[in-house]
Amino acid sequence: MLKIRKMPMTLAAMAVVVFPLLMAQLPAIKHYTGIMVFAGIYCLITIGLSLLMGYAGQISLGHAAFFGIGAYTSGILTTQFGLNPWLCMVLGALLAAVVAVAVGAPSLKLKGHYLAMATLAFGIIINIIFREEVEWTGGPDGMINIPRLQLFGWRINTTTEFYYLVWAMVAGAFIFTANLLQSPAGRALRAIHTTEAASSAMGIHVAHYKIVVFVYSAALASLAGSLYAHYMNFINPSTFDLFFSIKLLIMIALGGMHSIWGAIVGTVLIAFLSLEWLHFFEDFEILVYGAILLVVTIFLPEGLVGLPHMVLNRLRR
Amino acid sequence: MDQITFSGQLLQYVITGVTIGSVYAMVAIGFNIIYNVTEIINLAQGEFVMMGGLVMVSLHVGAGLPLIVAFAGTLLIVTMAGVLLDRLAIRPIKRPSVLTLIIATIAASIVLKGGAMLIWGKDPYDLPAFSGRTPILLGGASIQPQYLWVIGFLLITAAGLTFFFNKTIIGKAMNACADNPDAARLVGINVQHMVLLSFALSAAIGAVAGLTMTPIALMEYDRGAMLAVKGFGAAILGGLGSFSGAILGGLILGLIESLGAGLLSSGYKDAYALIVLLALLFFRPSGILGNVVAAKQKRF
Amino acid sequence: MTPKTDIRPLLQVEALVMAFGGVTALMDVHFDVPQGIIKAVIGPNGAGKTTLFNIITGVLTPSEGQVRFDRQVISRLKPYQIAALGISRTFQTVELFDNLTVLENIMVGRHMHSRSLFMACGLRLPAIRRQERQLKTEAQMILEFIGLGAKGDVMADNLPLGERKILEIGRALATEPRLICLDEPAAGLNETETEAAAQLIQAIKKRGITVLLVEHDMNVIMNISDEIMVLNYGEKIAEGTPSQIQCHPKVVEAYLGDSECLT
Repeated sequence: MLKIRKMPMTLAAMAVVVFPLLMAQLPAIKHYTGIMVFAGIYCLITIGLSLLMGYAGQISLGHAAFFGIGAYTSGILTTQFGLNPWLCMVLGALLAAVVAVAVGAPSLKLKGHYLAMATLAFGIIINIIFREEVEWTGGPDGMINIPRLQLFGWRINTTTEFYYLVWAMVAGAFIFTANLLQSPAGRALRAIHTTEAASSAMGIHVAHYKIVVFVYSAALASLAGSLYAHYMNFINPSTFDLFFSIKLLIMIALGGMHSIWGAIVGTVLIAFLSLEWLHFFEDFEILVYGAILLVVTIFLPEGLVGLPHMVLNRLRR
Repeated sequence: MDQITFSGQLLQYVITGVTIGSVYAMVAIGFNIIYNVTEIINLAQGEFVMMGGLVMVSLHVGAGLPLIVAFAGTLLIVTMAGVLLDRLAIRPIKRPSVLTLIIATIAASIVLKGGAMLIWGKDPYDLPAFSGRTPILLGGASIQPQYLWVIGFLLITAAGLTFFFNKTIIGKAMNACADNPDAARLVGINVQHMVLLSFALSAAIGAVAGLTMTPIALMEYDRGAMLAVKGFGAAILGGLGSFSGAILGGLILGLIESLGAGLLSSGYKDAYALIVLLALLFFRPSGILGNVVAAKQKRF
Repeated sequence: MTPKTDIRPLLQVEALVMAFGGVTALMDVHFDVPQGIIKAVIGPNGAGKTTLFNIITGVLTPSEGQVRFDRQVISRLKPYQIAALGISRTFQTVELFDNLTVLENIMVGRHMHSRSLFMACGLRLPAIRRQERQLKTEAQMILEFIGLGAKGDVMADNLPLGERKILEIGRALATEPRLICLDEPAAGLNETETEAAAQLIQAIKKRGITVLLVEHDMNVIMNISDEIMVLNYGEKIAEGTPSQIQCHPKVVEAYLGDSECLT
């Protein structure tokens, strides 16, 4: 079931490459490329998160914090210390990894509800820090003038250029994760998800794997945050609040928790919903999200990518 | 001008802390009622509190109903919301796992929050205090009469629940479900009804917390999540599932928050309770009153 | 025949006590498992057999006493550490990785003998690729040995119970254990399946792997085990060869309540 077949990968890659070219020809929706930049940034987070939730079976309600750690590390180090943005990106990911170990090591030993609450509290605390440490973060107003990225002297200026940068990184993260799932490490993760007792009887260090995945997902979220900061050139704390953590959860649940394809599908859909389709009736937005999450949880436990399989099963009966 | 003394100020923080702690205690009790019967942590618990406040505002201020009628009406409406939560979000799940149950209660909390925003908008609402706002002066601190209402309702709730769980047949049946659902089923207790009842009861207590705190702290649509996390912190602090623990945990958390905001930094007001929660989860997940073995033996 | 005393015991259980709250599941249990034999633990339900297994494999920590494996005290180690020393097990309730294929289940069994560095796996370095091919071959060989050679691509939860039990034994073998603990390998199986399981256990012994066995099926026990230890209400009531145990008065009493030989 977990064969990452060549065919869909190639098709998806082609679609990603062609998308901006196509949009350029369609003036009415040419801003879709910009939405896809955000979708790509979110995908980086949800790929890691789906590994954590769908494969390691752990829940995090605090990933907005890691997203924010990346964004603020990049923001602060580039604007206040003039460091190279790429270096900042790496430093942000390292910081996120260290924080993830500190938070994850004790709380991943806890089960289910406790972990949910621990990550929830962690996310809120980090958000409060973003708001309160005005000297560093600019407080609730946020910070401006975060520089654009440069690649070998070439300045990444336009939306389309940024689009290709972001989606190249998404492709990298996707392939890395897909490789992982078909290796001893990934099989160990899938094994842990089914039965921890038998996994440890096979010599798998369960706690170690959970932490590694938590750290990986935190580092990816931090990378996404750095990209976000450099794309927007401006950040403020409300981007990294509890509701964003929950939105990430909705993306994964909608697409399908047990597949990294699901993470991509759900994320792109929610990105379009929140930035385009629901834009017009802002007041209904939250309600729609809640309804989506509820309907998916009850009727589509395998998410949208599980839908064809479910329909086939129904028809057979 | 009154002389503001340090001891007077300290007393003020303590009184405020006990009041806000009483609210957390009521939220924590709500968590415990559902947890004891179902082992679900209802992440929508804070939304009951939010609804309690806002529905009360609409009935009492908006529709002009007398306090006592509006009070009863609010309890009824929020209790219905609790019942609907169980029927529409929890029970339809075919293969419940911890993960799906967490997600379902999150979904429910978003729906309630979104619904509240549609109905009441984004502005905070005030509610007249139950018995005026003339402060009672005591040793350099001024006590709002509403503070006493909040603390009083915590005591009434606690006494009522103690009676309910120890003396009534339904309460005892709920306890039986908590101890051993299979055995409860065998002796003819309808476990589904008990689950439903636990959601109703817990919603009602949330509503009480909400409608009593609104005259002090106002109420708006997005307050639920923070109240839920802090209430959960109180529940953990006192040992998940224990009612006396919930009260103690709530009061401690309220005091930490009030003293921290007053003496250290008010910007981090919301963080203190959460840092305590994290520290507890890391070092003593069974709470200060609970015991480790019991926590490990729970099914989830 | 070499006298038993010359054979170094692989597993030594010493003065083991296990108490859950007020209930004592094991009371001062002593026994040895010599290298290379099949040793069975029998006893009525609730005698403490599975508790014993859980202590040996590190799931439970004993209240008192200790377990030595190859002279090293293992009773305070975690399950994955004990697995690494060379003790593998199956579960009474069959704990397979249901979301993995039969072949992948065995491959997880090879976990300790494969490189699983996160970075290397994600980057799919050439060494990992080579290893993946090798793992598949090794896993296939184990499947052939246990007689599931043709089922590699089937999802584990689609197998019938008999094959699930066999697969679980195969997965335990894949860890290359020196001692394998089998918790009721024949429970719920029909006659042919039971026969197949018994043959497999003997084949495992021939490979030089020591077997510790909990089982209810007396035919299987008497036919294949070299030594038997009998537990009743957490206490060892007898130990010896099958023929000694068969007519041991305490054993017969525990099982039948009167004094004929067990058959």
